[in-house]
Amino acid sequence: MPSKIGMEVSVAIGEAVRLANADVIAAYPITPQTHIVEHLAELVADGKLDAEFMPVESEHSAMSACLGSAAVGARTFTATAGQGLELMHEVLYIASSMRLPIVMTVVNRALSAPLSVWGDHSDAMAVRDTGWIQIFAENGQEVVDNVLCAFRIAEDRRVLLPVMVHLDGFHLSHMIEPILLPEQGEVDQFLPPNQYPLPLDPNKPVTMGDFGPPAIYTETKWAQEVNLRQAKEVILQVWNEFGDTFGRHYTPVECYRCEDCRVLLLTMGSFSETAMSAIDKMRSEGNDVGLIRLRLWRPFPFDEIRQAVRNAEVLIVLDRALSFGGPGGPVCSEIKSALYQSGRKLKIVGFVGGLGGRDISIAGFEEIINRGIEISEVGSPHEFEIFGVRE
Amino acid sequence: MTKSEDELTWKDLEIASIVTEPGSASKYKTGDWRSQRPTYKFKKCIKCGLCWIFCPQACIYQDDEGYFVADLYHCYGCGICAKECPTGVITMVEEGE
Repeated sequence: MPSKIGMEVSVAIGEAVRLANADVIAAYPITPQTHIVEHLAELVADGKLDAEFMPVESEHSAMSACLGSAAVGARTFTATAGQGLELMHEVLYIASSMRLPIVMTVVNRALSAPLSVWGDHSDAMAVRDTGWIQIFAENGQEVVDNVLCAFRIAEDRRVLLPVMVHLDGFHLSHMIEPILLPEQGEVDQFLPPNQYPLPLDPNKPVTMGDFGPPAIYTETKWAQEVNLRQAKEVILQVWNEFGDTFGRHYTPVECYRCEDCRVLLLTMGSFSETAMSAIDKMRSEGNDVGLIRLRLWRPFPFDEIRQAVRNAEVLIVLDRALSFGGPGGPVCSEIKSALYQSGRKLKIVGFVGGLGGRDISIAGFEEIINRGIEISEVGSPHEFEIFGVRE
Repeated sequence: MTKSEDELTWKDLEIASIVTEPGSASKYKTGDWRSQRPTYKFKKCIKCGLCWIFCPQACIYQDDEGYFVADLYHCYGCGICAKECPTGVITMVEEGE
């Protein structure tokens, strides 16, 4: 039986990629993703992982190399963060639009300027329209598990889409946590070899990413949209199977003590763990509050969100990204959009906080919840509030 | 592919509209882009083939009498052949005239 080992989350990701038996890793090191790539380079150099390690000259090249690798049917992994994800941006669309099953861990980092290597979700939100599946992990074990699930999801014949597994920079990537690594045999059983249906092959030539004239571009894009939406069913199946095999269960939206609560807080990523402690404290003091953690960001889990808030009267959403000049945080505005059609008279209050690595403590979450309740009662002249800014 | 491009539904497409037939680009009717069409006064033609050399679409062929003519399925009407012809054989005229 495998047992929990204390290890840095970035190193654990490298180990998960080794267990997944990746064929190609093309990556460019960038803080706070560096330790993932360093560990994979070591695993390949030490002969512990039989893969091509391509130390490319930029993230644009990293993703471009991944296109070629995935297109021949090789199991392909990369990792990046912040500015690196931005430099990849145009190639991200090509990966999803050419339907190439690439897995990438994105160690969420704030965007410059001013230069920040610390975590927030600006980078992830800037790529939400690129057609990738996006999963947000909350702790080290979730990252490891979801890297394994990500290969299974991406390579499924019904999906064939790239997957980003998001983890918060430093708050998660550099933590040493007790991690349970599954055994190789179990992983091999869970994750069959990659069989891309139309690979580049000199004996059966195909052209990928070809010219798409107006007569077929709309049809191609709609096929991609339908495919990403339908991928949710496969994601649910894979998570269920993972749960049955390994005993750890994942769902697109997770409720923490939120049954019949009047007030709900919604968070994503590692801050959810602090938020849970805040909820515990407030519940012990008799407050009617619960927590929703959003794990699956794309495809967006409309039904699950509607279901999760069905009895709530106030929903407080924390974003770790700012949509400048817009309605505040992207998560809050999408939640509002998802709930508008449901006809529920639910007050939704948006906060932006935790930018560029700024912590939100348990007391901070209490303050957010209390202020959110106040705004829901007396209103606010603003579309959203920014938490913790010094006036 | 039995259906024409305009009839294909999103369900008919290969994954990501991957092209599985080599050389199929020649089926694409670039002639649709044309707003001007080359016309010829072959009396002046010396059959030098400069139009054939310069044509960026490689759509010029020699007819039975050896004259150089544009294949209008692919000719997108750029007018380079008319510009390069040393004896003024080719005149571009508006489509629809």
